[in-house]
Amino acid sequence: MTLELLRIDDRLIHGQVVVGWGQPCQIGFFVLVDDAIAGAEWEQELYRMGTPPEIAIEFVTVDQAIERWPRYQADPRVGMLLTGDVETMDRLTAAAPALSQVTIGGLHMKPGRVQRMRFVFLSPEEEARLRAMAARGVMVVAQDVPSAPVTSLEAVLAGDGTA
Amino acid sequence: MMSEARAAVVAGHGAFAEGLLSAVAQVMGVGHGLVAVTNADRTPAGIEAAIQEALERTGATVLFTDLPAGSCTLAGARLARRLPTLRVITGASLPMLLSFVAGGSPAKVVEQAHAAIRTLGEAG
Repeated sequence: MTLELLRIDDRLIHGQVVVGWGQPCQIGFFVLVDDAIAGAEWEQELYRMGTPPEIAIEFVTVDQAIERWPRYQADPRVGMLLTGDVETMDRLTAAAPALSQVTIGGLHMKPGRVQRMRFVFLSPEEEARLRAMAARGVMVVAQDVPSAPVTSLEAVLAGDGTA
Repeated sequence: MMSEARAAVVAGHGAFAEGLLSAVAQVMGVGHGLVAVTNADRTPAGIEAAIQEALERTGATVLFTDLPAGSCTLAGARLARRLPTLRVITGASLPMLLSFVAGGSPAKVVEQAHAAIRTLGEAG
């Protein structure tokens, strides 16, 4: 399996992903799963603009990601799959049980969310979805950059934003 | 002494913008017209709103950002789509900001920043 990194990050493809993960992990392709962006050419151009040419990007819907999952797994390059929210990753992992580990890379402040870690803010609904994913057997952790410690979901949900 | 403050917004990761503004002030004095925005703790929509607020507050039409792939650059590109007068310059550095504060046009700022890059210590 080469699609090793499944990340929830509301900034999707950005500096931390391209440089922080892309260089040390030698990422060869990103799969950006977002039903809206999959149909928005200009938004796709924006994400391509900041990504080095040697890293390929696919913009897909949840359904397309599920359909193409075997191809991603067979790809010899290292890949990272990204969703911008918990709901999309929840839908994806529910439909594709092979996706067994999910990393929360960045969910930032907006109304209704409570800060759990420096880079993780969650609403009660998002917390319930994450718990449901864990109950299905998905290992959910938080880690913003490769050099940072991996934090378990239990520790994330018990956090008060100081970690 | 600067005769007229030129407004611009500087946006980036962590305290990047704040640090650059501190360096500009040390070199050229205060009253430089630059405003710092950080992406820390902000969603993409939050970053965009913070930059737009700073642009409107200062009347700036130039935005400097740190990384080409960074969230502030993406926010700037989205804003530039709505605000045709906005110029976004990414890869911001101290020479770039000093050139801008001194009166350089966006094109001149980029040209001078390129010219300022050196590798020292190579044999020969």
